[in-house]
Amino acid sequence: MPNPAPLFTKGIEKPPKYHKNRWKLIKQNWELYLFLLPTLVYFLIFHYWPMYGVQIAFRNFSPALGITGSEWVGLEHFIRFFESYNFWTLMYNTLSLSVLQLVITFPLPIIVALMLNQLIFKRYKRFVQTVIYAPHFISVVVLVGMAYVFFSNNGLINNFIMIFGMDSINFLADANWFKPLYVGSSVWQETGWAAIIYLAALAAVNPELHEAAIVDGASKFQRVIHIDIPAILPIMIILLVLSVGNIMNIGFEKAYLLQTPLNQSSSEIIPTYVYKVGLQQAQYSFAAAVGLFNAIINLILLWYVNRIAKRISGQGLW
Amino acid sequence: MDLSSINRSKQDKIFDFFNIALLTLLLIAVMYPLYFVIIASISNPDRIFAGDVWLFPRDITFEGYIRIFQDGKIWTGYKNTIIYTTLGTALNIALTLTAAYALSRQDFYGRTFFMVMFIFTMFFSGGLIPTYLVVKDLGMVNTMWALIIPKAVAVWNIIVARTFFQATIPNEMHEAAKVDGCSNTKFFLKIVLPLSKPIIAVMVLFYAVSHWNSYFDALIYLNDESLYPLQMVLRNILIQNEAAASMVGDLDSFAAQQRIAELIKYGVIIVGSLPLLIVYPFIQKYFVQGVMIGGIKG
Repeated sequence: MPNPAPLFTKGIEKPPKYHKNRWKLIKQNWELYLFLLPTLVYFLIFHYWPMYGVQIAFRNFSPALGITGSEWVGLEHFIRFFESYNFWTLMYNTLSLSVLQLVITFPLPIIVALMLNQLIFKRYKRFVQTVIYAPHFISVVVLVGMAYVFFSNNGLINNFIMIFGMDSINFLADANWFKPLYVGSSVWQETGWAAIIYLAALAAVNPELHEAAIVDGASKFQRVIHIDIPAILPIMIILLVLSVGNIMNIGFEKAYLLQTPLNQSSSEIIPTYVYKVGLQQAQYSFAAAVGLFNAIINLILLWYVNRIAKRISGQGLW
Repeated sequence: MDLSSINRSKQDKIFDFFNIALLTLLLIAVMYPLYFVIIASISNPDRIFAGDVWLFPRDITFEGYIRIFQDGKIWTGYKNTIIYTTLGTALNIALTLTAAYALSRQDFYGRTFFMVMFIFTMFFSGGLIPTYLVVKDLGMVNTMWALIIPKAVAVWNIIVARTFFQATIPNEMHEAAKVDGCSNTKFFLKIVLPLSKPIIAVMVLFYAVSHWNSYFDALIYLNDESLYPLQMVLRNILIQNEAAASMVGDLDSFAAQQRIAELIKYGVIIVGSLPLLIVYPFIQKYFVQGVMIGGIKG
């Protein structure tokens, strides 16, 4: 395409060529915009409209008046939340559960992937993989249902405990057991599945590196440390940033299902609280404020962790 | 890498021994709970309570399953879930593939803008209450649409499908078709889709599993029990003991009711997961493929 002579020679503004091309491209590919249209509409309605609606956190929302008709109250709902008697309990429960979950469920898949990758029997490797992926496909309801039957007074676990002559434990009625149950069930359900991504990265490692190391007399363990781990480091960092960025979005569903009146002192986290206050008691504005507070902390964490990751390793999400 | 197995040093042998032993422990830890549910669902509940059931079922009985299948709620739940999963997945696939294809094209003006706009929603959202109000304003509360439309596309799957298109449909192919006078729609339908069977399979499976397993949307948007998906029915039985009570109501003593209710729970875990556990071995390779495509390049 011939370049038209620039009208202004000063500055580094976009040459007119781009301008002409843009319309030409859009016209040429008009069908692609139709392809995207339904998805675009979906995102506008179900993601961006709620973002607009989040302003009810700063108003006294009444359904009759609508979002923009309701009265502004500024930070009143936030202040009420910060001053409420259970603010620190909720913060502590949410953060401690998330951190515990992250610290335990982040390294395990990496270790499992490294071990599977070094397994000498290929068939056995495939079999182990098939079995440990399976729990990922069980629904949260069934997972928690299994926890209920296994950890009940007459359940498998208590039968086992009693074999050793100890007293049975009422796991689901004990606030101290909520976190171990929550994290433990995540480990059981997701460790195998989460290992897939690392296995894929390990499969891409150049075998010549291993061969050279073997010739140099490196043991398997040394090769894992010096070849395999550096190979999966970039993916580890990305996944770590992602999970830290999601730290406040700890699974509502499982916490809600595992919650019983007796373990509430440790199982009430911000998302379950938002659900109860917002939808069960219909305090829309207050619950929206609590939810927004949660989302903002999350965003700050993500931004900050990404910055640290970039500074340390040059890797980041953006 | 045959080299590694030819001359293993003593250290390597120790390493392999511990590796195999630990992975076998892991295998048992994952498999045993699943196996136990199966044997417990056909064992006499008294023997389970007494701790006699460990490796094999005892006093085999199918009473739990008989009561489960006599209860109408399970069948309604199954029927609803099948409807939601089918319609929902069809909508998911239609939107995901078209959007991902458009976004995969180098000559699609504005692709970065749209990508950023979609990805942003992964990190920030209006939250539960504003989203609920939108669904309510649209008049979808207490209808099946509340379980289908608000989940019409998942950003992550758009990224995965877009990556696949970029990697497998070379730009030259489209250029050549364009020269021959092929329109974008025709190119998409006649060339892109037939070449994309693996990713379509992956997408169908991802979306179908998530519809099958979802219960949260039903919890917040549905009041009408006749619309409940299977997971809601399961939740009432497993966690709230509600429907189980209706299944054991004809038994005289409270103790007998308790026993059977427990048996029903094991059976319901199987009934609720059976469809996925049956297809899982066949679809496993596709799942893995999907995760890899999305993970490595996304």
